[in-house]
Amino acid sequence: MKEELKDIINRLAERFPEKESALLPALCYLQNRDGYVSEEGMKSVAVILDLPEARVFSTASFYSMLNLKPEGKYIIQICTNVVCTLLTENPLLEYISNSLGIREGEVTPDGLFSIKEVECLGACGYAPAMHINEERYENLTFESVDEIIGSIRKSELI
Amino acid sequence: MKKILTANISGGTKISGYEALKKTLSMRPEEVAFMVERSGLRGRGGGGFPAGLKWKFLPQNSRGTIYLICNADEGEPGTFKDRHIMEFDPHLLIEGMVIAAYAVGAKQGFIYLRGEYGWIAKFLPKAIDEAVREGLLGDNILGSGFSFYIDVFRGAGSYVCGEETALIESLEGKPGRPRLRPPFPGTNGLYGKPTLVHNVTTFSCIPFIIQNGPDAFKAASSTGRGGTKLFSISGHVNKPGLYEYPMGTSLRELIYEAAGGIKGGKELKAVIPGGLSTPILRADEIDVSMDFDTLAAVKTMLGSGGIIVMDETVSIPRVAQKAARFYAHESCGQCAPCREGTAMIKLLLDRMVNGQGEQDDLDQVMRLCRYINGSTICAFGYAVSLPIAAMIRKFRNEFEALLENR
Repeated sequence: MKEELKDIINRLAERFPEKESALLPALCYLQNRDGYVSEEGMKSVAVILDLPEARVFSTASFYSMLNLKPEGKYIIQICTNVVCTLLTENPLLEYISNSLGIREGEVTPDGLFSIKEVECLGACGYAPAMHINEERYENLTFESVDEIIGSIRKSELI
Repeated sequence: MKKILTANISGGTKISGYEALKKTLSMRPEEVAFMVERSGLRGRGGGGFPAGLKWKFLPQNSRGTIYLICNADEGEPGTFKDRHIMEFDPHLLIEGMVIAAYAVGAKQGFIYLRGEYGWIAKFLPKAIDEAVREGLLGDNILGSGFSFYIDVFRGAGSYVCGEETALIESLEGKPGRPRLRPPFPGTNGLYGKPTLVHNVTTFSCIPFIIQNGPDAFKAASSTGRGGTKLFSISGHVNKPGLYEYPMGTSLRELIYEAAGGIKGGKELKAVIPGGLSTPILRADEIDVSMDFDTLAAVKTMLGSGGIIVMDETVSIPRVAQKAARFYAHESCGQCAPCREGTAMIKLLLDRMVNGQGEQDDLDQVMRLCRYINGSTICAFGYAVSLPIAAMIRKFRNEFEALLENR
């Protein structure tokens, strides 16, 4: 496991003139693999890239897309910036929060969903918008949100 | 959308064109740079800095390493132009980068893509591979002896990384905190080496300039200076979307003709003309030419060209509150005036909107805006203070009403 991680990160580092540039890609890799960036993972990255642990922790905690604790399998990221909230009477965040029974930053008891309030997703022309993991959803209505969440639930039952 | 800049590339799967690159490789690098300088091209990310001048800050005729970075960290609320260039015409961007690299002598380029654009991170490398396969990128481009490589670097969620020195820090695996300047990236950029950073749209203007000449680019604007402009139009309009119009088109025309007017036949109340960080305009201020100089003269900015249209139902204090929350969240935290100032402004606006404001709160917000102005390392300070102060100045009665009704 450790050796495998070392190989992967070293390969990431080969892409760059200086290997420190591989830090953010390495942290993203850990998050993809484990669902979040663990302390243990950060320590391994520090050793492999020969960087101080403090440097790795400070970078990891700076970026809002890196999760330092376990999240739901599906992270619902809802834009709450100006345009997305201009165009919905009742904010989407509140609606999804109510329908899943969790608040922003929480995970559903079944571990399936978590909700995050995020900054502008570059979809202002197609507002309101959200991402679920890497998928993007635009021109949302309460109905379409129900449908999207419902179909994820259904796919998880199979 | 008028296809002026997207000259002849079919985008994505089939490659044709790259005519401007072929022409470039038959010219001397300094001739290419001179054409860009004469075109009057100004940075399309928001700053509007003259591109030709930025190139002159780099070492000239140097044999040392020069890096080229494309800023695709599009995060300015109200803006979605770079995303569409990369989605629909990635080869236009690649071609622009190769031309610029040839002119300034760069061998390695990076596209710093915002983390949220995951779907673009999937296919941009495919477009790069296509260009490499066709000999338009990589070793010995089109047999010219010139080599240039592009790699995509994905961010991980940070607004301030759109600032070029923060972006460089991020690319070096650090938190995205802007650097004190000087030195500028032109001499001390990525890994301390000379670095040229341009926005996606800036690079994408270059092929047109080379192919059709600087005068044709100037003539594409209605002011005779500076080509076309991509406008991201959002909010309460009938046809939100991305529109390419001559630089200098009137804001009224963009709202009422391009974007089809106000939704539901309502009255226009206000417009943010160039992304959330640019000062707001009242409905009676929209007969204005959308170019860098005219908007500066009316104390706002062209910025990223992200036009946010608001109808009569919108509460400006609520917009100010959302904006303040955004800036307080995204402040990188290294300059006290910005870190503490944005947090204070957010707190004051929150309590005003919630009906718990104190009489002095409004003046306090204005004072904080003045303190932040000019006392921070990067332009983020202005990006917070100017738009919030403008909302209060122009719609003061709405804020005062919140204090009276409590």
